[in-house]
Amino acid sequence: MIKVWKVEVAVVGGGAAGMAAAAAAAREGASVLLLERNTCLGGVLDQCIHPGFGLHRYKEELTGPEFAFRLHTELEKARVEVAFSHTVINVNPQKPEILAVGPNGLVRVQAKAVVWACGAWERPLGHLLIPGTRPAGIFTAGLAQRLVNIHGLLPGRRVLILGSGDIGLIMARRFHLEGAEVVGVAEIKPFPGGLLRNVRQCLEDYGIPLFLRTTVSEIHGRDRLTGVTLVEVDEQGKTIPGTERFIKVDTLVLSVGLIPEIRLLEGFLSCDHVQRGPRVNSFWQTEHPWLFVVGNALVVFDLVDTVAAVGEEAGRFAARFACGEMQGEPCVPLKRGQNVAALVPQAFIPGEPARLFLRVIRPFPKARVKISPVYSKVHLGLRPAEMVEIRLSSEATAELQRCSEATVEVHPQ
Amino acid sequence: MRAVVIGAGVVGALIARELCRYDLTVLLFERELEVGFGVTKANSAIVHAGFHDEPGTLRARFCVKGNAFYPKLCEELGVPFRRTGAYVLALHAQEVPELERLLAQGEKNGVPGLEIQRTEEILAREPKVNPKIVAGLWAPTVGVTEPWALAQAAVENALLNGLELHLAEKVQTIEVKNGCVKGIKTDVGFYAAEIVVNAAGLFADQVARMAGLDVPEIRPRRGQYILLEGETNIHSVLFPCPTPKSKGILVVPSVDGNLLLGPTAEDVDDKADTTTTQEGLQQVREGAKRLVPDLDFSRAIKSFAGLRPETAAADFWVGPTKIRGFYQAGAMRSPGLTAAPAIARFLVHEVIATEWHLSPRNWNPRRVPPPRVADLSPEEWDELIRQDPRFGRIVCFCNLVTEGEVVEAIRRGARTIDGIKLRTRAGFGRCQGGFCTDKLLLILARELGKGAEDIKLKSERSPIVIGPVRP
Ligand SMILES: Cc1cc2nc3c(=O)[nH]c(=O)nc-3n(C[C@H](O)[C@H](O)[C@H](O)COP(=O)(O)OP(=O)(O)OC[C@H]3O[C@@H](n4cnc5c(N)ncnc54)[C@H](O)[C@@H]3O)c2cc1C
Ligand SMILES: Cc1cc2nc3c(=O)[nH]c(=O)nc-3n(C[C@H](O)[C@H](O)[C@H](O)COP(=O)(O)OP(=O)(O)OC[C@H]3O[C@@H](n4cnc5c(N)ncnc54)[C@H](O)[C@@H]3O)c2cc1C
Repeated sequence: MIKVWKVEVAVVGGGAAGMAAAAAAAREGASVLLLERNTCLGGVLDQCIHPGFGLHRYKEELTGPEFAFRLHTELEKARVEVAFSHTVINVNPQKPEILAVGPNGLVRVQAKAVVWACGAWERPLGHLLIPGTRPAGIFTAGLAQRLVNIHGLLPGRRVLILGSGDIGLIMARRFHLEGAEVVGVAEIKPFPGGLLRNVRQCLEDYGIPLFLRTTVSEIHGRDRLTGVTLVEVDEQGKTIPGTERFIKVDTLVLSVGLIPEIRLLEGFLSCDHVQRGPRVNSFWQTEHPWLFVVGNALVVFDLVDTVAAVGEEAGRFAARFACGEMQGEPCVPLKRGQNVAALVPQAFIPGEPARLFLRVIRPFPKARVKISPVYSKVHLGLRPAEMVEIRLSSEATAELQRCSEATVEVHPQ
Repeated sequence: MRAVVIGAGVVGALIARELCRYDLTVLLFERELEVGFGVTKANSAIVHAGFHDEPGTLRARFCVKGNAFYPKLCEELGVPFRRTGAYVLALHAQEVPELERLLAQGEKNGVPGLEIQRTEEILAREPKVNPKIVAGLWAPTVGVTEPWALAQAAVENALLNGLELHLAEKVQTIEVKNGCVKGIKTDVGFYAAEIVVNAAGLFADQVARMAGLDVPEIRPRRGQYILLEGETNIHSVLFPCPTPKSKGILVVPSVDGNLLLGPTAEDVDDKADTTTTQEGLQQVREGAKRLVPDLDFSRAIKSFAGLRPETAAADFWVGPTKIRGFYQAGAMRSPGLTAAPAIARFLVHEVIATEWHLSPRNWNPRRVPPPRVADLSPEEWDELIRQDPRFGRIVCFCNLVTEGEVVEAIRRGARTIDGIKLRTRAGFGRCQGGFCTDKLLLILARELGKGAEDIKLKSERSPIVIGPVRP
């Protein structure tokens, strides 16, 4: 017989988002179970041994593990029960019931609300369909980071990083500090994908070149990587013939995007195919009112402080839902308009305050962000790497109720 | 008496297994680190019906027979096999005569169940197919399998029946005296043998020349593929009308629920040139889209290429040679995978056993497949974890593979990251090892008692890491 555990709120995933959600739900008075597939909590924070976490939440610059430790302390205070080494393998589409596997067998968790906080996975090389060979020596940045920071193993000696997302930038510095030669970071776009502070602190400070409008067009080496061909691209992202150059490297690190981990939900949840995450309302609640999604499993956030704050909100709502104080609320859809690459939530609840996060498609030195007729404000220095947070008051969302839907737009000034 | 088989692809593996039925010492040599890492590793994995091949060829003969052997063989060896059926689709009225030609050819070859169907009938079964099709040839006996798994399972079963397996050992010469085989020499040593079977795939010409035979050259014809992940709603193998060079770009629902698109057909010079190219991958996209217009290439998880062993005569080499004791089972172009079980039986029972008056011995045809938690009911899985908690530790999240399965794969012979991948499907899913490569590396190092830097991706010179960060 498979064990059955009963609980009010089940939180899946013990990264920053899940820990914050679980602690908040417990503080709200709900009984909470946090399921984490690893043997420790923290998620991706554990491998981020660099500083740069917590400036907003704790007003201090912490490393990833330090930030995780703070959240862990909050969890313990709130008396959240944690099931370590438990991987959730199935979610019942009809009701808040999940199936997890652990070292003592399978467990069916019957809850009243579920918070999904499973983080994101990294786009692999295969996604890019880069021609050439398939040798050893190609890693996603997160994998390379785990090998170096957690296992103490060095993937190679001469490294090219493809993609200038934050993980790529941070790994460029890490490889450099560990004695490998980083020949550069190649980015297909005309601007870096990561935070400016990371471009400065991880590349410029160490003299690591950033090749913009450049990508890898071929992989070489039969057994272990021997090199890659770099090529420049034009405005449309098309490769420019004649600009190919071979560079000798034994390691290629890919930082080409994170995708929300929602495989188990895909079958019964309507997802946003551009963002590849689920749709939620401003309570972080999906179309199945018992199911909440937070953190990188919803959309890829850039700051863990935001992840924790959103996780907390969702945890509170989940607890209220589990205690019957809240139901599925009528929502008004919120759409991505001009120049908006990512947006959460994708619906708001009229008369309730809402926090929106959006990402622009390219840098705008000055642009007006508009949600007619309640929000219109000029923002300076908008960059795709940095999410914009917008708060709508309860009056504003109440007024939007008269529209059947609202659109968030960005107009360059 | 001693028999040597050269090459542990699907052909050599099945031949070695059949040889173990007789009172013989059987040795199998493979130069790669693992079984099934040659042509068998990268192909369309289709168990063909046999209508593509001209009557009178060895291909036609062994393909139809081999197909019939598949269900029982895969059941005995615990290897996945699914009879999906297949359509050859005509996209224009001009192609309909080609379907009729294939139908007639298939019937002549003895392929059962062939029929030409109309558009509505096809779309009812395969709603995602290009609605512009005008007709299709339906072949119900076509199936899909896992070629490397079949080779590995055959070797495992043969080991149970006394096989001696030599991996990472390359055959370099064949001793022949007075027109009779005396043995072989490898990079490790000399092995006496009265019987030597050449199942060296792409390299069967080199091996045949080692025995002094004058054989035509085997030339590689590359086929590139794109693998798309998951849910596809395509049930049968889909072929376009064939060209003289190949069967065209296909759409294949794989046994593990992905969609395989390809292959191209390009003659290349180098027998190791499994590179993919921009043009090749583009050709695969376009070819596949002709059959199924709305394929989602954002679901691509891998591109790769395989090499067909081609000869001018375009047929298999199967049978005895003028050297007594030296047998050929080479130049296995498509449908070599399908034909392999029939070739193994024919060569071993009808040729070798008859010629040498071999006597049968006790033989166990079965192999107990390793546990695969993804295929178990929750109750069965729960029970398995109670017996061994390692089956409760998930290593690959995409395909639900546990530490228990990885350890079992190593026990059964996996030595490399790719070896584990092919045996367990860990790292075969959409994140392509992003989450599990480090775990597999550490488990391999632990189980084999090696340092992490000694663990290889697939070949001797393909280490994953170079060593500790601060030695
Ligand atoms: C290299 C790197 C550098 C960064 N640098 C900074 C920085 O300097 N400053 C900053 O503020 N932010 C930074 N971030 C961002 C921040 O760390 C992340 O946004 C945040 O940690 C994400 O938290 P999460 O909980 O959503 O996801 P994760 O941390 O990925 O947590 C998900 C958890 O869910 C678990 N899980 C997944 N599936 C299951 C399942 N089926 N069953 C059970 N458990 C499951 C996982 O094991 C994991 O513990 C960085 C991120 C990275 C990767
Ligand atoms: C693109 C493509 C698509 C195909 N599609 C299909 C299909 O859908 N259906 C089908 O039926 N068939 C198909 N085939 C054909 C099928 O894959 C092959 O016929 C089959 O895998 C051949 O197996 P093999 O054992 O002969 O060769 P291999 O798997 O290559 O085995 C030969 C082995 O011999 C070893 N070897 C070579 N020389 C030496 C030496 N000197 N010493 C020791 N070992 C040596 C090699 O390392 C190799 O492992 C396809 C082939 C290709 C390339």
